[in-house]
Amino acid sequence: MKPAPFAYHRPESRDEALDLLAEHADGAKVLAGGQSLVAAMNMRLARPARVVDINRIGEDTFAQDGDAFAVSALVRQSDLERSPAVRDAVPLLHEALPFVGHAQTRSRATLCGSLAHADPSAELPVVATALGARMECGSRRGTRTVAADEFFVSSFTTALEPDELLARALFPLRAARTGYAFAEFAERHGDYAIASAAAVLRLREDGAVDELRLVLGGVSDRPFVVDAHACAGRPLGEEAIETLAERAGRDIDPHSDLRGSAAYRRQLASVLSRRVLAAASLDARKEG
Amino acid sequence: MIPAPARPAAPPRPSLIGQAIARKEDPALLTGHGRFIDDVSPFANTHHAAVLRSPYPHARIVSIDASAAFAIEGVVAVITGRDVERLTKPFSVGVETKIPFYCCAIDKVHYVGEPVAVVVARDRYIAEDALEAIDVEYDDLPPVVRIEDALRPGSAPLHEAVGSNVVHRRSFAYGDVEGAFAAADEIVEIEVAFPKYGSTPIETYGVIANYDSGAGTYVVHANFHGPFVLHAVMAGALRVAGNHLRIHVPPDIGGSFGIKAHVYPYIVLLAVAARVAGVPVRWIEDRLEHLQASSSSTDRLTWAKAAVKRDGTILALALDQVDNVGAYVRAPEPACLYRMHGTVTGAYKIPAVKIDNRLVTTNKLPTGLNRGYGGQEQYFTLERLVARVAKRLNLPVLDVVRRNLLRVEDFPYHAAPGSVYDAGDYGRALDAALRLADYDALVARRDAQRARGKHAGIGIGCIVEPSGSNMGYVSIALPRETRDAGLPKSGCTEAATVAIDPLGAVTVRLGTTPQGQGHQTVAAQIVAQELGVAFDAIEVIAEMDTQTSPWSIASGSYSSRFAPVASAAIQQAARKVAAKLRAIAAHELEIAREDVVLADGKASALGDPSRSVPIKRLAGLAHWHPTALPPGIDPGVYETAFFSLPILEAPDENDKVNSSAVYGFIADICYVEIDADTGRVHVESYVTVHDCGTMLNPLLVDGQIHGGFAHGIGGALFEEMAYGDDGTVLAGTLADYLIPTATEMPPLTIGHENVPSPFTPLGAKGVGEGNAMSVPVVIANAVADALGVDDVTLPLTPARVWAILRTNAEARA
Repeated sequence: MKPAPFAYHRPESRDEALDLLAEHADGAKVLAGGQSLVAAMNMRLARPARVVDINRIGEDTFAQDGDAFAVSALVRQSDLERSPAVRDAVPLLHEALPFVGHAQTRSRATLCGSLAHADPSAELPVVATALGARMECGSRRGTRTVAADEFFVSSFTTALEPDELLARALFPLRAARTGYAFAEFAERHGDYAIASAAAVLRLREDGAVDELRLVLGGVSDRPFVVDAHACAGRPLGEEAIETLAERAGRDIDPHSDLRGSAAYRRQLASVLSRRVLAAASLDARKEG
Repeated sequence: MIPAPARPAAPPRPSLIGQAIARKEDPALLTGHGRFIDDVSPFANTHHAAVLRSPYPHARIVSIDASAAFAIEGVVAVITGRDVERLTKPFSVGVETKIPFYCCAIDKVHYVGEPVAVVVARDRYIAEDALEAIDVEYDDLPPVVRIEDALRPGSAPLHEAVGSNVVHRRSFAYGDVEGAFAAADEIVEIEVAFPKYGSTPIETYGVIANYDSGAGTYVVHANFHGPFVLHAVMAGALRVAGNHLRIHVPPDIGGSFGIKAHVYPYIVLLAVAARVAGVPVRWIEDRLEHLQASSSSTDRLTWAKAAVKRDGTILALALDQVDNVGAYVRAPEPACLYRMHGTVTGAYKIPAVKIDNRLVTTNKLPTGLNRGYGGQEQYFTLERLVARVAKRLNLPVLDVVRRNLLRVEDFPYHAAPGSVYDAGDYGRALDAALRLADYDALVARRDAQRARGKHAGIGIGCIVEPSGSNMGYVSIALPRETRDAGLPKSGCTEAATVAIDPLGAVTVRLGTTPQGQGHQTVAAQIVAQELGVAFDAIEVIAEMDTQTSPWSIASGSYSSRFAPVASAAIQQAARKVAAKLRAIAAHELEIAREDVVLADGKASALGDPSRSVPIKRLAGLAHWHPTALPPGIDPGVYETAFFSLPILEAPDENDKVNSSAVYGFIADICYVEIDADTGRVHVESYVTVHDCGTMLNPLLVDGQIHGGFAHGIGGALFEEMAYGDDGTVLAGTLADYLIPTATEMPPLTIGHENVPSPFTPLGAKGVGEGNAMSVPVVIANAVADALGVDDVTLPLTPARVWAILRTNAEARA
């Protein structure tokens, strides 16, 4: 479990990092927390010719920025997990973080790193998709912002160009009459989810559904957005939850592996959908 | 001589043996000062090895071209099967097969992960780069993976010389089996499958090897913990006398649970690599290697039958069992089938037994010791069968258990296949378990939950925990004629040395190579007690050096043999030293030897503590002033004792064998609820009551119970070395091979109902493996009860349990 030979760069600034990525756009990988990349390199599953270690570039702030909560490239998951600001501004993130790996991995792993890695079983892409987060991709060519729906392309593949760095993730702030819920199922605490689900439910003043986002993880090559349009304009009662949860299990086309069959994943998708929809519904009313 | 005063009764002194003394080993381990294999640097200029492994389950090696690897700067040597064939011979094994087993593939590979070549290089990075540069051409062959496939007459044999994948077959009958089945009211039959799983020590295998070409001696450091009979197997494979294979074991081994016994083929492989490369070589196995190519227990298929009376009495048992040893029969296999041979009737009085044993080879990782070795497979069959007998007869399981459980008056009990159970009060232990579990309330809770539509179940298991293996038991695999033609084997010999240096400091040297169990602590307790010296002042050396340590073929850490066997060797060595100290003290104090009391660092006159001499001075005399010693007393203080149990005889002419030194007992009760949505099994409570005889140190006993329990939970709910039908490894990383962590541990309640063993000097029985044997079937019984099904397969993963729930629901619909 030793990596194949690679060149190592440690830029001291964001500009220097972007220069390196531009210069070596053919095969440079960004190293932040290294909790996925280094393991993959040690198993020689990843063999980047160059590693650009950004740990010295200083991008480690997380705070409200205008109408969003911005998390920079080097912010560790454990810092977010312990932050009251995150709990208040992005409650769904706060709820999901304890499920991301283990305390030990979260102390090194970054949020942006997990998003850029785009593991189909990971929790944070599901959260980002459910919230409609935006990804700020920086390069020497400039900065562009990509919506989560477009950012996650497929397994371990994002919209990031080879010369781009995921500089910041921008999460919408907690809104009124809006409920948030996350749930996952894994055999052991801290494992990648066999299936996960996140719900964001915004209610109108009259209690009917204004907008509902139900997103599943672990059942597709990227976060799976369940079509919940039919729920709009009506209260989210038990029957509606049941119908949507069933739909979640039906609409996906999951894989089978050692952890469970496709049928089992469909079952979990429905079960977890039911759970997050009920919890988000409760949460939204509590806010209202 | 001054007349001795009248003898008052000696003041009662609490024995150190049996006290919950904190572990001597822990301060160093907890502060990062342990010395493990990768911490030792015995040789200058040590190079690093990496092993090229087969990606195929079954293939012929057409050619190996290592020229590109040699071209990499820093590469010193590439060793292949040709070198291994030239410098070694196949490992010997205790059963007659025609399977040549070398430490490296020669012409064919037989499992994914089998060593094909070794690169020796300046560092491990370069060595792994070089592995990628070796060009091996394989000719792919169809794999045989499942036991059912291996049993099929047409299945292509892995080893052509054998001609079949059934490589061993023996049948045994004890008592009137036919009569019992003819007289039975009912015959209850089950078919069970038990999965392949292993242990996951934090420290993986490690070997540092050198070849002293001047002396013609292989000097190897490795985290090998015996059985040291394997030293003879290794020396034989390397074609050297025992004194030309010097094995050092570092002071600390980072866990094993049996698995590290099988570092031995790698000791030979790295010894060959060092010899060919001409430099010392270090190899530390990585986790990927460990998960696909270290060792595991067997997967087993069993067809079992019980002849029963209507009241639940079991008259006879018939077992038809097939163990899958993987690609080779690797010593000490076929012990998987024979360790429990004398004990297959478990805790029950079953007078007649028939056993049909078969061993198959498949394209999977070879097997060996794994905490509980053979016990979890055996009890899975027996305790599932007992549960099924109860179900068939419409009796409570407890009634069937009690009906057949051995009674106090049955001891010592001679089990039909040969085991001699030393002592126990199984009924009392079971009662204690029922009390601790609050059994009636548990039943009420289960029934109430069921009434609410929940899936709840109770599992019960009563098992016998054998410890201190008889070195003769594996030979039961041989037909009697073959056995008689060879050298018979018996006993469970262990050795220990106790010495006192010229300044009076006490050192104990062990042959047990502990892996974290706390042997140093207990050894110091025993020696401190026998010599009357301070516990803290005693040094216990766990490092092994086969050239200078006390050891014998049974030495090592396995079969829970420290408490019953090694402790006695330590005590006897300490008693030899004590006798010498008494002799010198008697001479100095001018009293009779039997009137010398050793306590508080002094030898004093019985009844007159004012007349005393420090033990330090007595030992000093033996070193500094030998002419002052009493007649017949040799200089120095250095005593070694070897200990075995006479009860452990070689198998007899009727194929009976007492497979283990002593036999503990466990009664377990667990309660589970199942989440119908996800299939997750929640173990709500688990009670285990143990009889391990005299507890030498209750802290260590409970530590062993917790560890065995965790391992059992792994086997019950998480762990399986799964293979695809094409022979590929499906659980090759710790993200796929799931082991329970602290988060997954259910609450455990421990009870003790001990009956000291009359067969061991200290009365102790082993306790390290029992729950690894019992937990898988006890949880399976509970889940079967909760789901109302007859067949449950381990591990009971959520997906698997949910599939049963769905099948049940479809059947109802």
